[in-house]
Amino acid sequence: MPHIPLESHLPGITGLLEYRKDTGQPIRELTEILLRGESTLTRAERELVATVVSNGNKCQFCSAAHAATVDMLLGESETANMVKADISTAPVSDKMKALLTIADKVRENGKLVSPAHIEAAKSAGATDLEIHDTVLIAALFCLYNRYVDGMATTMPADSGYFTMLADRLVNHGYYRLPQGYDHLKKD
Amino acid sequence: MPHINVDKDLPGIRSLMAFSPQTAGPMGELANLLLRSNDTLSMADRELIATHVSYLNDCFYCQHSHGAIAVCYLDGNTELVDQVRTGDANAPVSDKLKALLSIAASVQKGGKFVTPQQIETAKLLGATDNDIHDTVLIAAAFCMFNRYVDGLASNTPSDLSSYPLRAKQIAEKGYGNHIFSERQPVAESAEAK
Repeated sequence: MPHIPLESHLPGITGLLEYRKDTGQPIRELTEILLRGESTLTRAERELVATVVSNGNKCQFCSAAHAATVDMLLGESETANMVKADISTAPVSDKMKALLTIADKVRENGKLVSPAHIEAAKSAGATDLEIHDTVLIAALFCLYNRYVDGMATTMPADSGYFTMLADRLVNHGYYRLPQGYDHLKKD
Repeated sequence: MPHINVDKDLPGIRSLMAFSPQTAGPMGELANLLLRSNDTLSMADRELIATHVSYLNDCFYCQHSHGAIAVCYLDGNTELVDQVRTGDANAPVSDKLKALLSIAASVQKGGKFVTPQQIETAKLLGATDNDIHDTVLIAAAFCMFNRYVDGLASNTPSDLSSYPLRAKQIAEKGYGNHIFSERQPVAESAEAK
């Protein structure tokens, strides 16, 4: 049961962003810019950063949501599954392996990112902006994961929920739905 | 040395915000909503939570920046801020704030470390749902800000005397892009030279 009264038809982060729409707005905007804005990293690559961090932080809701989003963007689930299991052997580019490794260090603590990690990413072709965005996405998901679990939000009862959520994130993005979320109420 | 090519004349998060002004916008807005409100939790209480979480994350720049801002709101009480920053149980703050600081410290470790007992204690001491919400989100937000600052190895001034000058700027004008787009504050004595 959540630590504060949240709408029962809105599991995970959605109930929190609706509970406080004022703070929800800049969080949504930051996410939209980082995960769906113009970038030399693909949307699937950026969602993989979110997935690795949420998985490492053991945040069940965020990990499932962003893995489902990667799956939908790529049309397969092997990549997200393998990245969650072991970055070094996952079917992603060397640049992505280096960036996902940086993300996983940021997750533990920013200070654990070493000049050698940065050098590895740069030699594999990563730009300063790609490194910046990777670190900030990883940091942002340290916010999300703690917000979602720190308020004890619920998991959806229906496992199909994440396919619906991934569809919304892929096709609509991170801004609040203009019509709100009342259509999700089951009565 | 920072991991990416940022303005060497700007410290900490200011240099990162200048590097990426587009993402700086919503981050400044979030900081204003969470830290510049006196709605049941005072601005001082909010900065104290941010300061303690930054200390637990071992982020030198953030713990001293937000500590100095808290000092501005607490009439120069550096001793109190230092006690809260380092988690001294004898810090002379309300029991409600102590309960909220304990929740923030659990969030820093990981959201799952917050127990129903901690929430119950905070509520018995008068914390509202909103206080609990803001405490958890401030703690979570500083787990982001701290990692952003340290994950890119941004410039961290080691001279503590520079922190109150920047703190005064934020205490007066709040957060936002002015903290990197306007001239950085310098001591009057340094300016006179």
